[in-house]
Amino acid sequence: MARKIKSITNPALRLELLSRADVEKIHAATLEIIEKVGVRFPSKRALDIWEAHGAQVDRSTFLVKAPPQLIEQALKSAPPAYTLAARNPAQDLPLDGNHVFVGTDGCGVEVLDMHSGVRRRSCLQDVADVAHIGDYLEEVGFHWVAVSAQDYPAHTRGLHELNAIWNNSTKHAQTESIYNAAEARGAVEMAAAIAGGRQALRQRPLLSIMQCTASPLGQDGGSVEAALAAAEAGLPVGFMTMAACLTTGPATMAGTLVVGNAEVISATALIQLAYPGAPVFYAAAQTASDLRSGAYTGGGPEDFLFGAATNALSDYYNIPLSMGSFATGAKEPNWQAGVENSLSTFMACVSMSDMLLGVGFLHGSRIWSYAQMLMDCEIFSIVHKMMQGIPVNEETLALEAIYAVGPGGNFLSQKHTLQHMRDVFLPQFMDRRPYNEWEQKQDDARHWALDKARQIHATHQPEPLDPQLASELSRIIASLEKA
Amino acid sequence: MTTELYQAMAQSIIDGDADAARSLAQQAIDMGLDPLDAINHGYVIGVNHVGDEFSCGNAFLPELVMAGEAMKAAVNTLEPEMAKRGTQRQVHGKVVLATIQGDIHEIGKTLVGTMLSASGFKVYDLGVDVPVARILEKVREVDADIVGVSALLTTTMLRQKDVIEALDDVGLRPKVKVMVGGAPVTRDWVREIGADGYSEDAIGAVQVAMKLVGA
Repeated sequence: MARKIKSITNPALRLELLSRADVEKIHAATLEIIEKVGVRFPSKRALDIWEAHGAQVDRSTFLVKAPPQLIEQALKSAPPAYTLAARNPAQDLPLDGNHVFVGTDGCGVEVLDMHSGVRRRSCLQDVADVAHIGDYLEEVGFHWVAVSAQDYPAHTRGLHELNAIWNNSTKHAQTESIYNAAEARGAVEMAAAIAGGRQALRQRPLLSIMQCTASPLGQDGGSVEAALAAAEAGLPVGFMTMAACLTTGPATMAGTLVVGNAEVISATALIQLAYPGAPVFYAAAQTASDLRSGAYTGGGPEDFLFGAATNALSDYYNIPLSMGSFATGAKEPNWQAGVENSLSTFMACVSMSDMLLGVGFLHGSRIWSYAQMLMDCEIFSIVHKMMQGIPVNEETLALEAIYAVGPGGNFLSQKHTLQHMRDVFLPQFMDRRPYNEWEQKQDDARHWALDKARQIHATHQPEPLDPQLASELSRIIASLEKA
Repeated sequence: MTTELYQAMAQSIIDGDADAARSLAQQAIDMGLDPLDAINHGYVIGVNHVGDEFSCGNAFLPELVMAGEAMKAAVNTLEPEMAKRGTQRQVHGKVVLATIQGDIHEIGKTLVGTMLSASGFKVYDLGVDVPVARILEKVREVDADIVGVSALLTTTMLRQKDVIEALDDVGLRPKVKVMVGGAPVTRDWVREIGADGYSEDAIGAVQVAMKLVGA
């Protein structure tokens, strides 16, 4: 049976980080940049589309300068809400502005081995193992390709990765590791085989695709063409900016929002120009670079603020948002990981980002840790509980119980307590034991989380693909490998 | 008079003021000063100062980069005069940099280039999406000591290995050190492909390069 999925809905907490006027200023600045400075689209197909719609195109520099009305008009055809379909329809994810779903993060290059704990290069089996465990966890709503299948050839690697996910989970798959049109078409073919044809896939997109922009103010040609191929098949497509203060964006956060926004909305507009009405989403994982090294940080107050600010932008454009949260810069599951992943996730949740990416990484999305995956899920559960706020009504005011207990008693034996005690959050990985018990065992959340991951891996049995379908998927990949 | 000029040169680097650095260099040429003196008694003092300030935590990366840009402006202005006099600036080594074919993510590579040239290397930056053959050609042309190849994608990272193999094929490998970089690059990968060095950031890359050329 498919496991249920935990999502944040009907939020009791709200945050208005940017006013409507602030957002309009950012939008106006963005349009000015797209028109006057331009965005680079190194793809013949993209340039053809832009030119056909009247944008100014420089074929030698790949620079596109589009007038504001072209961008605004194009964005209007984007659907405000749609559903990410799962192999099991009970696990479908409505992106309707009233749900926050969490995915596994991606795409890393190393793994802390589940059994030995040793750090090593990632391979296809790791993609399968992460999907297997993610299939079980109620906090995991969908999958990214968690790590790169570096034991498979580069030109079909992205397809092997998707295959591993579909063979191990009934939940929605979103790939962020396909960077060219040919591979994207292969992924569409695989997804169509599972959905039962192209038309069925269009109605129930079992696959969505996320592409990174190339900050500042650029796109990757292969990524844009992969996105166009996916959009043509009706798969939801998103563009993620990682413009970071100091390096790929200005030092100021507002300026970095403008740079990132120009990348995302120009690419989104391109998709709408090519396929009006195609489902699209906004994606961002912005941060500030480290002042000393210039390195990507994956945390810090700017990171957390971007988490909430970006949702104001995607709301303004009325499209779903995929927001980078978690993904600590810490090298191991520690204090820094706890602080960064909690605050980034809280800020992205309180503004109701539709998708959060995602659980499981250390060292700025490079090293996969099963312990971190499980602890990140607990962070989401804590935020999930907080987002319910404090309901105040006759029942929750509990006057009857207070009358009954009176001064000096306790509430443990009250019927009201029995009825409501399960509302109280019970952590899996917080150490609330007596001191001497800890002193004897000297273990902590990291051990318990890893044990839990191992246990899930050993006992959970994902619903397998129909054997015929599984061999069809392998056949599609093999035929592309021969080509 | 020249002491003041040298001080102004050092200050232009500290301020990260490329325009000032350039016009002071022109002034030095007009006065008939030896360009090497201008560099060694003027600009380098500024570079060293910014480097020291960075090391003790008073200066940050943007200040290093701007000092590097100012230094480059000064050296570029002085170079024709050096050529005329038949002199050359002493460099630690010649470095060819490229982001490999299929990859357009170059910010890290560009930053490494700026830091290396500010630290006294001669840098030839070939840009992005560079085929292995083009890298080889440049290495031969400038008689490079180091090749630096960057990649952001795990799929393009594989071509860092091709660069090393190509250098091997043409017999250049023994005399050219290879540095690799980019987010997916790990120590294991460096070992596997037999590269000579890597760093996760630009400051570290300078230290690695210095070590590789024995500076």
